[in-house]
This record gives sequence, structure tokens and C-alpha cells, in this order.
Amino acid sequence: MTENIIEVRDLVKHYPVTRGIVFKKTVGQVKAVDGVSFDLKAGETLGVVGESGCGKSTLSRVLMNLEKPTAGTVRYKGQDISKLSGGALRRLRRQIQLVMQDPYTSLNPRMTVGDLIGEPFEIHPEVAPKGSRRNKVKELLDLVGLNPEHINRYPHQFSGGQRQRIGIARALALRPEVIVCDEPVSALDVSIQAQVMNLLEKLQNEFGLSYVFIAHDLSVVRHLSDRVAVMYLGKMVEVGTEDEIYERPTHPYTQALLSAVPVPDPTLRENKAIIRLTGDVPSPVSPPSGCRFRTRCWKAQDVCAQEVPLLQIRRGTDHPSACHFAEKREIVATHEA
Amino acid sequence: MSDILVSEQSAPGADGSGRPSGRLLEVDDLRVEFRTRDGVAKVINGVTYHVDAGETLAVLGESGSGKSVTAQTIMGILDTPPGFVTGGQVRFHGRDMLKMSAEERRRIRGEGIAMIFQDSLSALNPVFTVGFQVAEQFRIRRGMSRADAKKRAIEMLDQVKIPNAKGRYGNYPHQFSGGMRQRAMIAMSLALDPEVLIADEPTTALDVTVQAQIMDLLGELQRERRMGMILITHDLGVVADVADRIAVMYAGRIVEEADVYDLYAKPAHPYTLGLLDSIPRMDEKGQELRTIKGLPPNLMNIPPGCPFNPRCPMAQPVCREKVPPLLQIGRGRASACHFAEELVSRD
Repeated sequence: MTENIIEVRDLVKHYPVTRGIVFKKTVGQVKAVDGVSFDLKAGETLGVVGESGCGKSTLSRVLMNLEKPTAGTVRYKGQDISKLSGGALRRLRRQIQLVMQDPYTSLNPRMTVGDLIGEPFEIHPEVAPKGSRRNKVKELLDLVGLNPEHINRYPHQFSGGQRQRIGIARALALRPEVIVCDEPVSALDVSIQAQVMNLLEKLQNEFGLSYVFIAHDLSVVRHLSDRVAVMYLGKMVEVGTEDEIYERPTHPYTQALLSAVPVPDPTLRENKAIIRLTGDVPSPVSPPSGCRFRTRCWKAQDVCAQEVPLLQIRRGTDHPSACHFAEKREIVATHEA
Repeated sequence: MSDILVSEQSAPGADGSGRPSGRLLEVDDLRVEFRTRDGVAKVINGVTYHVDAGETLAVLGESGSGKSVTAQTIMGILDTPPGFVTGGQVRFHGRDMLKMSAEERRRIRGEGIAMIFQDSLSALNPVFTVGFQVAEQFRIRRGMSRADAKKRAIEMLDQVKIPNAKGRYGNYPHQFSGGMRQRAMIAMSLALDPEVLIADEPTTALDVTVQAQIMDLLGELQRERRMGMILITHDLGVVADVADRIAVMYAGRIVEEADVYDLYAKPAHPYTLGLLDSIPRMDEKGQELRTIKGLPPNLMNIPPGCPFNPRCPMAQPVCREKVPPLLQIGRGRASACHFAEELVSRD
């Protein structure tokens, strides 16, 4: 059994909503992440999917220790990361790195590629002694499929896909164990997206990395992930292996989400059963009582408004789902090749 | 000029509509360049396509392929300078719009051809209410009174399924969610009952469940009004769901045009094939994704011969010398590849 490298328990992150300029008072809480628990095993990819506002990016910020959780813990190899400081925190930061969504704004336009990728070494000099840094950077460029001779170029001289490769090289520089990828391919064109996804997979095999892969594109997540967690309004509604989520989803939201993904095959037009959700995601400031999905759910009963459904395995299901009425339903397997 | 321009003869979209054979909207060998300080970018290099009443033409392409610039030229909202039309025609009911006076073009916008944009937040004016922006057209173009215009605007908002349209009339764009704003924009564009709707990436900024709602709505309204629709997108999934015909663009050219079923079953251009291969598919989890190597060309310096040749796995010496014309290769199908026939006939 492989060990858990990250353990998240009952994680909560609320942001205060304030009113007034001089006399600020808190008038509410944006419940961005509201009680999320999961494990990340060494060498695996955990996909996190959900629509905008479901809290997946807040989750990544808390995992990176860029935000302190309001409640709950994130443990990296048993250590509570929000309690670390000084040297211990610096050592931790080496192990968890982030690849950001927007390759256009996440790179400083005034720095050369060599400086951008080499900067982590300035903060963690023990990884690479000064003399060898340039060579290290060249190795990294080569590793992510960029020409090492371009080390003196600036970000604007690269295309979107190449910039994302620079971001990946920078995240890899310190040889981390975990990389949190926050929508790493959503800003890229299809043909370039495939190149970057293949690169991420290759690097994982080579270095035994663990990924937390956050995305809204369900097909991208399926391609890369071993396990998938579905989020809705700050809660995880369903967790399972890639197969369990995509072939046997039990939560109505997962089912609706999967059915809404357009499949690139016109012959499936007629026999695709699409579940149409009505309305929009409610505001995270005042989420619905009980099950948060109930306002858009076709199965909602009285109990859904009163009791928060727990994320657990129920009768007749083989993986955790946070629905009082969880049941299997085939969504994706509409045709056999 | 004839080596680029080969339009198809057979009428597609054979839905027995009984309309006269005259095309509703035709783009014919259109050429656009952007003159910038750094040089001249040839953004559109001979684009030819058409759309008829009631059909949906999807224009598929990656960023920089020229799909949006073509649409802007049709609408007459191309930024000049830097953009200049250097050749070709855009015919609406057979009349070249590029030769019309500004006043004539203005009359076509909205009533003849309307457009919806990707980013609804920046397309709507933040300092006017949504209702006012919909009603404005009725007052200015139809000469209605304020009260009548308001009534019509509420009807429109209702038609695009904005809940509580009456109450929402006085809301500002920022008070709407992304999906609602896109609905409001659809209401604005359809207010004057256009014959052609150009939808430029209408759902790219939206979540999947909302995307499905909006595409449904567009399809429904299109059928009701028998509009022609040009759907500009990069999403091969959306295209498969709604398009009748597809034109694939690369480096300012149409590289393939086909019926939606033909295109997905048997692409006739290596670029289309590469695109289809590189999408991760939810219904089949493969090992490694096949990719198109390299990058799209710099439009200031398009390679000689076929613009796709540096990235093409099938490239031969002829591809580096001769620009392949867009040639008819079957009923309603055209491809701009020297080896299109081979590509289609192989398994």
C-alpha cells in the first residue's frame, strides 16, 4: 500500500465580506471551501473538477500554504503545514510546487527565462551551488522540450504553450514531490494542450511526482487522473477512481456535469441523454441549507433541505458520494467502438 | 485568382427549404492584412465560405487562425488601421457589403446580420442597465416610444429564458451571472430579427452545464426563426453537437470544408486529423495523446507552399513549393491538401 503524502481533513476556508471603509464590519462569509477531506498518495494524480466558484482554486492556495485555513488541517507527511515557520516552512515549500493557469501573467516580463527558472535556486541554494545553476536551468529547459539555447530570451518571445513549459520547468527546479496544477492547460489551444499534457505525464513517470490536477475540463482530467474528486460550492460531492466517477457516477451533480460535456462525435447527437440543469450556482455567501445542490437537483426531497448529506459509501454504491439518494447511472458509455 | 477560389457547386444543407438558390451570406476570397510597426501580418489569405437560412456553419480554428477577423470583416467592425481588407467580397443577398456606404452597412447590422461575442462582460456597457441596452434598439431602429420599447425588451429577455425578466430589466450587467449575461447578449442580438447570427465563441467563458443551456437556447431560437448561424469556435465537442457544416481554418485559409458527419468520420486534411487526434476524449482513455508537433506559423512570415507543411507528418517536397488550392473532393467537401484523396481513401 502506498503511503499518503498529503492528508487533508475537514478543511474550511472562509473569506470575510466587509462593509465600510473606516469602520469595517464583517457582514458575511464567502464559504469558498467548506469541509473538504481527501488524501493524496505518492505518485498518483488526483483530479479536482468543478465549475467556477466551487472552491477548487482556493483549495490549491491552501494546499500551497499561501492561505491559512479557517479550520481543519493539511498534513504533508504527517506535518501540519499551517503550523510550520522559518526553516521548516522553507523546506516544505521545496516539496510542494505550483503550476498556474495563465502563462501570460504568471511570468515576470522583465526576467529572462534563465532568471525565471533559476530563481528558486536563489531561495534554496542548497539544491544547486552557484556555479552549476546555469547548467541546471539548461537541463530543465531540455527536459520540458524547450531549446536550452533560448535561456536568455524573455517570456514575450515565447508562445502560450512554450510559456506553460517554462512554468513547469520552474516548478520542477527544486525537485518537488508534489505539484499542484491549477488549470494548467485551459488557456491553450487543443493541439498545444495535448503536448503539455503529454509532458506532464512524462515528467510524472520520470520523477515519481504526485499531482493535484485542478481543472474544469472533464476530459482533460480523465486523461491524466488516477482518482477524481468532484466539487460543488465548497464541498466535495463525490470521490472515486477515474473509472468510478466516469463510468458509474452516483451523485446527481456529477451525472449532470458529465452529461453536459460535448463529445466530439456527431453520430452521438441523437442518442445522448443530456441532463439539463436549470439556473446558476447559488452564491457561496449564503449557500442553501442541507445539500448545496438541492436547488438545482431533480431528485431533491424534504430531507435534502434539512440534512447535509455526508460524503460516504452508501448501499449499492462502491465509492463515496454526498447524496441521500446516490445511485448508479450510466452517462458516458453511450457507444461501443 | 482562380487557384485559391474554388467554391462548391452543389447545395449543401439539403433540408428542402425551397428558398431561391441565391446564397444568404457569402464570403468570397477575402483577404485581410494587419499593418503594424513590426511588419505586415497576413491574417486572412483568401477565405471563402457561405451560410444559408436555417443552417449552422461552424468555423473551427485555433487562436490566430483568422476566424474572428473574418467575422469582424463581415460585420464591418474591423479595426482600421491596423486591419485592411486587401481583396475579396462579402456578399449579403448577392450584394457586396464591402462596397456599400457606411449608412447602408449600418442598416444591415442588427437587422440583417447580428453578432454575439465571447466576453459578455466587456461586450455590455457597464453603466447602462441590461434592459435599457436591449430596448435601445427598438427606440432607435424601430422608432418605438420608451414604454413600448421596454415592453418589447422584456419580451425578448423572457424569450431567452431570463427568469423574472420584468424584475431583471433594471439590473446592471455586473448583477448578472456569466450565463445570464450571455442570454442578455443573445436577446440584444436577436432583437431586430436578423437573418444571420454570428456567434463568436459564445460559450468559451462559461461552465459546461451553463454552456449546454446556452447552446440549447441558441439552437431553439435558430430553428424558430430559420436563421443562418456562423458559429466560431475552437471546441470540437460543441461543433459535433450543433453544426451542419464545418470550415476548418489554419493561418488565414480554409483548409477543409465538409459536412459535420464526414469531417469527423474521415478528415480530408492532415491538420483536421491532427486536431481530432489531440483531443482527450472522455469516452476513451488512451495512453499518450497524439499531438501536432510545433507551433502555428508567424503570420508575418508564413512558410512558402502549404502553410501547414512544417508541422505536417505527410509533407512532401511539393508541399514546400506549391500552395494547395481548396479543391472539391466529393459532394459538399473540399480540402486544401495535395494528398487529400489519399487521406480520405486510406483506412
